[in-house]
Amino acid sequence: MSTLPVTEAELHAYVDGLLPEARRAEVEAYLASHADDAQRVRHWREQNQGFRDLYDPVLAEALPARVRESTLQRRSRPALRYVAVAAWLALGGVGGWYLHAYSSVTSVDTMAFVHQAAIAHVVYSPEVRHPVEVGADQEAHLVAWLSKRLGASLKVPQLSSVGYQLVGGRLLPGNRGPVAQFMFQDGNGLRLTLYVRSGPGENKETAFRYAQERGISVFYWLDGKFGYALSGEIDKTELLRVAKVVYQQLNP
Amino acid sequence: MDGGGREFVQHIPRLRRYARALTGDRARADDLVQDTLERALIKFHLWRPGTDLRAWLFAIMHNVFINQLRSQPAGVSAGLDDDEISMAVRPTQSDWLEVRDLQAAVLRLPEEQREVLLLVALEQMTYEETSGVLGIPMGTVMSRLSRARERLRALLADGAGHAALKLVK
Repeated sequence: MSTLPVTEAELHAYVDGLLPEARRAEVEAYLASHADDAQRVRHWREQNQGFRDLYDPVLAEALPARVRESTLQRRSRPALRYVAVAAWLALGGVGGWYLHAYSSVTSVDTMAFVHQAAIAHVVYSPEVRHPVEVGADQEAHLVAWLSKRLGASLKVPQLSSVGYQLVGGRLLPGNRGPVAQFMFQDGNGLRLTLYVRSGPGENKETAFRYAQERGISVFYWLDGKFGYALSGEIDKTELLRVAKVVYQQLNP
Repeated sequence: MDGGGREFVQHIPRLRRYARALTGDRARADDLVQDTLERALIKFHLWRPGTDLRAWLFAIMHNVFINQLRSQPAGVSAGLDDDEISMAVRPTQSDWLEVRDLQAAVLRLPEEQREVLLLVALEQMTYEETSGVLGIPMGTVMSRLSRARERLRALLADGAGHAALKLVK
């Protein structure tokens, strides 16, 4: 009885512990009589061990201290965002949203919309240098551009009466197509985002609804062909005050 | 079942470990992880519960990594071809290899080989999983793995080739 010849791929699988039990003994027998291949295999094994010795300590590292210490300085921006996103997740943000989506009477589609609005808020509102694609100084262009992409005539609310100025806006991918995000900021740099989608699926009107998860408050509502979600890291009362003004501005 | 949120977080240390080995640089690695997480967050609704979240996240990291390489000016990439390697590497006088040399050597591999080697050797993915993450056929995984290991062996071997590789723990 003769065994099949040992292939190069099998030598690798042997090193990586991916060879079937039965074949392993045959490969070992082969290596016992082929010193060159045995040497290569030993080398590869040591490489594997070397990588683990070198990089396994990263698994136990806390997030870098510079990140925690940093404030909203430009240089620390990427690290800060990373931590904000990671911390938000670690607190169960995403999990919480999905739990809510599937246990609530609100439609899954609407909760997905609110979920994405909250994510978009978490991702973009800490941005220092690139919070928006088009700034408030080009507001007419911004509105024309986003209206064209969403296929509906958008309006941007003026929130100066409640202390917020337009920063600008950006186009984002949504579940059902393009979505617009407008960003506003108060005198202290606190930011709110208004997330807007349009589509034939809407044509409903709802009252304000409120969702809150780990510090991000969201008021959302459907109004004809548009769906809106206003997000911020502020309390419900304050956000409702702004949401009412947004609603009035959009429905004069 | 919490819809994947906590599970997602559990993979962050592994993404950081892989990114560190892939880039060889702490700051670049954390940027890579951060960009990966941002992209994953935005695309999270596309992940189907019940499928392999680790593979999904590593596939996103692969795409982000490749895009970052493409946007780099020419010459920044660490990968060198065979001729450059044979000139760049001096024989070591010692039988003992500092782990730092392994780090330096792996960064000399072309990125496509480095990714395969690290997913298999460090992340301990199967060849099928590696093929799925990188979007390449199994045969390509095996040939890149083989080339990576042999090239690394050549890089690390002492000039006379008489000593087995040893790693300082």
